[in-house]
Amino acid sequence: MNLTLKIWRQKDASAKGQMVDYKVNDISEHMSFLEMMDVLNEQLVNAGEEPVAFDHDCREGICGMCSLYINGEAHGPDRGITTCQLHMRMFKDGDTITIEPWRAAAFPVIKDLVVDRMAFERIQQAGGYISVNTSGNTQDANSLPISKHAADEAMDAATCIGCGACVATCKNSSAMLFVGAKVSQYALLPQGQVEAADRVKNMVAQMDLEGFGNCTNTGACEVECPKGISLDNIARMNRELMKAAIK
Amino acid sequence: MSGFFKSSIGRKVAMALSAFFLMFFLIIHLAVNITSLFSADLFNELSHFMGTNPLVQFGLQPVLIFGVVFHFVMGFILELKNRKAIGVKYAQNNGAANSSWVSRNMIYSGLVILAFIVLHFIDFWIPELNTKYVLGDMSGMHGADYRYFHELVEKFENPLRVGAYVVSFVLLGLHLAHGFTSAFQSMGVTAGRKKTLQQIGKAYSIIIPALFIVIALYHHLNPHH
Ligand code: HEM
Ligand code: SF4
Ligand code: FES
Repeated sequence: MNLTLKIWRQKDASAKGQMVDYKVNDISEHMSFLEMMDVLNEQLVNAGEEPVAFDHDCREGICGMCSLYINGEAHGPDRGITTCQLHMRMFKDGDTITIEPWRAAAFPVIKDLVVDRMAFERIQQAGGYISVNTSGNTQDANSLPISKHAADEAMDAATCIGCGACVATCKNSSAMLFVGAKVSQYALLPQGQVEAADRVKNMVAQMDLEGFGNCTNTGACEVECPKGISLDNIARMNRELMKAAIK
Repeated sequence: MSGFFKSSIGRKVAMALSAFFLMFFLIIHLAVNITSLFSADLFNELSHFMGTNPLVQFGLQPVLIFGVVFHFVMGFILELKNRKAIGVKYAQNNGAANSSWVSRNMIYSGLVILAFIVLHFIDFWIPELNTKYVLGDMSGMHGADYRYFHELVEKFENPLRVGAYVVSFVLLGLHLAHGFTSAFQSMGVTAGRKKTLQQIGKAYSIIIPALFIVIALYHHLNPHH
């Protein structure tokens, strides 16, 4: 298929970017979206132009690096997938595809379609951990009984890959789905109880400090999240913070 | 605790609490107004009680005013903060693909409600304060009758006012169509995402505004009973 691409080009963090039109021809419907981007970049390199910078790593939906806003949706029009798992069969010959970086004040553009997501790392560092004794007498994790229900919910929360689609898609650039998932994966388990109050306080404080917006419960994040992280995790985070405030 | 209400989540919880109070108040207000459909006397007596009972006047009324002002001021603050958090806007953004229009436009339905509340204050509340506390007439009488029902019927003669009421209550319904369950979610109650509560929310957001509209239309169409 032949396609027109409208892509955000921005030289560096301080440059003023703009949308630029490109044409790519003979794209197979079996290609992944990023392979289509590779074709474009090869074309640009051959023509002596600067290739389009975009984030990617595993290309199988597990690392959380890829991050494109395609035709007005985070990770494109398909559901439950990352951009690297998006197939060109979702498009048809003659389509115009708009490709933009994640937009959020807390995710500044570094170059073209690459944004700085270090804010997520700093939120994790503020409390996304548990203290375990690693000095040679580490406890067997299975020695603590955990209900199936709690284990399942914690596991579901832990599948968040930190891609940032929830922020990108939120009309308020809120990071609550991400932080809700990270708070929940520990709050549900006995190992997470010791630091529970400090964890939620510190992670929420860091989230606010980074300049993410507030949650209006539109639910857009849950729909666009490639891992199907549930809004229930945001409710749990809210409960955890209320509990921590009363303590 | 003070730190809690300065956090993004604390603000949302405060927003939800004020909204719960407003939704509760709306039921009380409706319960009083609806009596005007079948008994002018009962409506008069309830209005007189609400308007003169010191517990209502000096206990509940200040809480209500605080609740309303808090809710829309916090609504504006959140809106401004959220706009700042967005940064550069998308060239193409398909919000309809993942969320409802009402959930994305709470500030606009809210603004219409605010305009209505201002009109409502000018219509009923300021004349009421004037009669009772400036002119010092606490009797609630006009000639030999209570004045409340007459005032109500008189106000609803003007089709422009009735039109404004109808539009405002439709927007209140839209505000609540998202707001009802949203408030539960903000309070950390996941039941807000379950069928039952969603159905209650739907019923509330349709029935309550619709009955207010019925009252306005009824008096507009039957002005002389
Ligand atoms: C006075 C004018 C009003 C304005 C400007 C306003 C504005 C807003 C805004 C902007 C929100 C969304 C806040 C967010 O980002 O989460 C909101 C939420 C809400 N509003 Fe209003 N509103 C008004 C009046 C009312 C009234 C009269 C009611 C009910 C009787 C009401 C009920 C709600 C509810 C239930 C929510 C959801 C709360 C939550 O998500 O936690 N609002 N309002
Ligand atoms: S919650 Fe979903 S959308 Fe948000 S960072 Fe995690 S995986 Fe990505
Ligand atoms: S490149 Fe790893 S998730 Fe897409």
